[in-house]
Amino acid sequence: MAPTSRTQPEQHPPPVQWLRVKYAKRGRARFTSHRDFGRAFERSLRRAGVPMAYSSGFSPHPRISYGNAAPTGAASEAEYLEIGLVAMCDPDKVRDALDASLPPGLDVIEVVAATHGALADELTGSRWQVELPGLPAATLKTAVEAFLATDAVPVQRMTKTGMREFDSRTSVVKIDVENARLIVTLAHQIPLVRPDDVLAGLRSASPAFAPIDPPVVTRLAQGRLDLESGTITEPGR
Amino acid sequence: MSMIATGPPSVFPRLEPLLPRVSKPIQYVGGELNSVTKEWEAVEVRWCLSYPDAYEVGLPNQGIAILYEVLNEHDWILAERTYAVWPDMEALMREHAVPQFTLDSHRPVGEFDVFGLSFATELGYTNMLTALDLAGIPIHAHDRREHDPIVLAGGHAAFNPEPIADFLDAAVLGDGEEIALTISAAIREWKADGRTGGRDGLLLRLAAGGGVYVPKFYDVDYLPDGRIHRVAPNRGGVPFRVSKHTVMDLDNWPYPKKPLVPLAETVHERYAVEIFRGCTRGCRFCQAGMITRPVRERSIEVIGEMVQRGIETTGLEEVGLLSLSSSDHSEIGEITRQLADRYEGSNISLSLPSTRVDAFNVDLANELSRNGRRSGLTFAPEGGTERMRKVINKMVTEDDLVRTVAAAYSHGWRQVKLYFMCGLPTETDEDVLAIAKLAKRVIATGREVSGRRDIRCTVSIGGFVPKPHTPFQWTAQCDHETVDARLGKLRDAIRGDRQYSRAIGFRYHDGKPSVIEGLLSRGDRRVGEIIEAVWRDGGRFDGWSEHFSYERWAACTEQCLAGSVVDLDWYTTRERDYAEVLPWDHLDAGLDREWLWEDWQDALDEVEVPDCRWTPCFECGVCPELDTTIQIGPTGRKLLPLTPVADLSKTR
Repeated sequence: MAPTSRTQPEQHPPPVQWLRVKYAKRGRARFTSHRDFGRAFERSLRRAGVPMAYSSGFSPHPRISYGNAAPTGAASEAEYLEIGLVAMCDPDKVRDALDASLPPGLDVIEVVAATHGALADELTGSRWQVELPGLPAATLKTAVEAFLATDAVPVQRMTKTGMREFDSRTSVVKIDVENARLIVTLAHQIPLVRPDDVLAGLRSASPAFAPIDPPVVTRLAQGRLDLESGTITEPGR
Repeated sequence: MSMIATGPPSVFPRLEPLLPRVSKPIQYVGGELNSVTKEWEAVEVRWCLSYPDAYEVGLPNQGIAILYEVLNEHDWILAERTYAVWPDMEALMREHAVPQFTLDSHRPVGEFDVFGLSFATELGYTNMLTALDLAGIPIHAHDRREHDPIVLAGGHAAFNPEPIADFLDAAVLGDGEEIALTISAAIREWKADGRTGGRDGLLLRLAAGGGVYVPKFYDVDYLPDGRIHRVAPNRGGVPFRVSKHTVMDLDNWPYPKKPLVPLAETVHERYAVEIFRGCTRGCRFCQAGMITRPVRERSIEVIGEMVQRGIETTGLEEVGLLSLSSSDHSEIGEITRQLADRYEGSNISLSLPSTRVDAFNVDLANELSRNGRRSGLTFAPEGGTERMRKVINKMVTEDDLVRTVAAAYSHGWRQVKLYFMCGLPTETDEDVLAIAKLAKRVIATGREVSGRRDIRCTVSIGGFVPKPHTPFQWTAQCDHETVDARLGKLRDAIRGDRQYSRAIGFRYHDGKPSVIEGLLSRGDRRVGEIIEAVWRDGGRFDGWSEHFSYERWAACTEQCLAGSVVDLDWYTTRERDYAEVLPWDHLDAGLDREWLWEDWQDALDEVEVPDCRWTPCFECGVCPELDTTIQIGPTGRKLLPLTPVADLSKTR
């Protein structure tokens, strides 16, 4: 008789190799949500023929662990994830094959053998660039100074569980104004403060800070954050 | 993303600032894997294809996917795509004067030669009007200017395009592969000839061949009682009847080869291969089965090639073997066994829409789930009693059903889903209440053969809508009060029995939307005004229960038909007689009208008609009328072996 759902499903072998993938979300692909990216990435792995390890169970899924993902609409030059493989692979070949199979705008920057330690421990801060078309540099400076002068700037955001209020200030390590853009260094804390929360905070600190067009946000770097200097070291370095 | 240097500029720069302000912006971005962009000036004929529903529903549509590839394979043709935008985006586009755009190059839809819409259902009509309006194309065909695209409808609903006749320049019936290329060639020629006769000159060329219906070349006269008196061409060179198109030898048309893979989530996340087209089971309610005849099978070899190439080019893990009744393929046993062998141990999962009530279907499903989970199987008895099933020509006995579900539960399937319809011709309360008895017998059988109590059965019921080109095209549609009352009694009968109520799920919809679907299905040109009124009143996305408003449709119908001899009931709950000219009588699906009428009479007499694949021809008329034949196996051939995959291994 054929197996029934009560029998134990096939067990899949554990990974023999973990690779760390650094990738970018560019241009129109920045509107990809994290769920969208996950689906697209799994399909790319299959098209590229990457020998993925699968979890065991009734609905096996590829062994992928994601670092903290940029919000939908934000571009990124520094997203991270790790993949578990059942055969040892050349990271450079995997990078080329994956990059070729991903849709335009989702680009693989680097693939290296993963170092020990959880990805989350390696990703404690990010540097973001915020482009604000039409806002004069003086307005930016005033808002940033007012924001940084306070200890707490409460903001609200709609979450899955409803409207939540939290502080947008303590996660901000520094904000530089460069060529009418903001360069914001953020510590990853709980709750995770995102660039749009900082913008809401800037608005609340300085009413003149009112962008006409939606800002374009890009994550420039992500890694271990030194709270003193504000420097960010890439994972594994 | 490649830069588009020529032709109308991309609207993307104007669209981009709006994207952070709408839900699921990814659906408006395009750039899907396998999408095609071409230089505007490098091509001669430009199509904008549309499935007039949300991206998540429209993208997986097979019809559009096939035509997109068939057209784009020719270097002189360009095909791009557009879908219905949600109301939040529509409002922003109106505010910022962004026109309806294609996803491939974000070009304005109004710039194309043809705006081709595929209607799987009538509930997309209001969305068509939104798209036309946003594109800056006048919604009425008679207001269109020389430079406006030809608005062309296809898909199953186009077999009665009369309700949208005022909005269409043309419609085609049947398989689109060949006629889309024929139309492209005609446009190319017309352009080369200096656009002789202008827009009407082109339409006349298309209509003259008998394969393209141009509504405005036909006049409809009405009798004083509201019935149609006559439909006739109003100029020379236009045929009295327009025929459907049938692609023979599906192996020559192995599309889609490289379907689009979206970033956004869609309703079907699978690679679908049509294993055959057409169905001669003869279910009398089924428009698809009637209008897609004859049966044309794709061979096992080509199916095997398509599956492998589809997996390689998309990276999808799920493969659906689709058709109107997949287990009827003459080599389905070999197809499933050989594919299951080929992909055993991989993470590729194969599925078969199993709707026929037949233990053989369970064997196939077992084969396709050798190591996977056996969650649910679906069967469609459609009617609750044997009498009802004889009326609809669904030849399944209660014992067949019980044998089938017993096979399913004993092979580890946990849940059986049963599809039924309510509101069928001659139906009584007893016919519907019998569904409860049937479901209980299914559970009792399942508990007995599996030895478990946690098995389930879900009863899912849809309201029956009579469709054109079926034997039920003459029947009175059941009113929604009766449908709702019967469903209420059935629900009570299922819930009232404590021994079974928790094991039986019951899914149904109220009867009102079916009435509007009925109005649009069997309507004539006078219904166009209602569609427009509903749209002007804000009607959008009628296929979505959260957007559909029966009250709006009913009010607009009353208002538009005020003072006329016809009303909503006249279009829906009224039985037609043999002599009445039906709005689609001049459109030829190949079915002999006499045969349809006899089949309707047989239905009333509870007489069944067998399948012509295994019994002599019963003269439905399609093959001689359209010069087609049944194309079935078995071929006795085998799947071809696969070639190895990419090597990413570590070089030592």
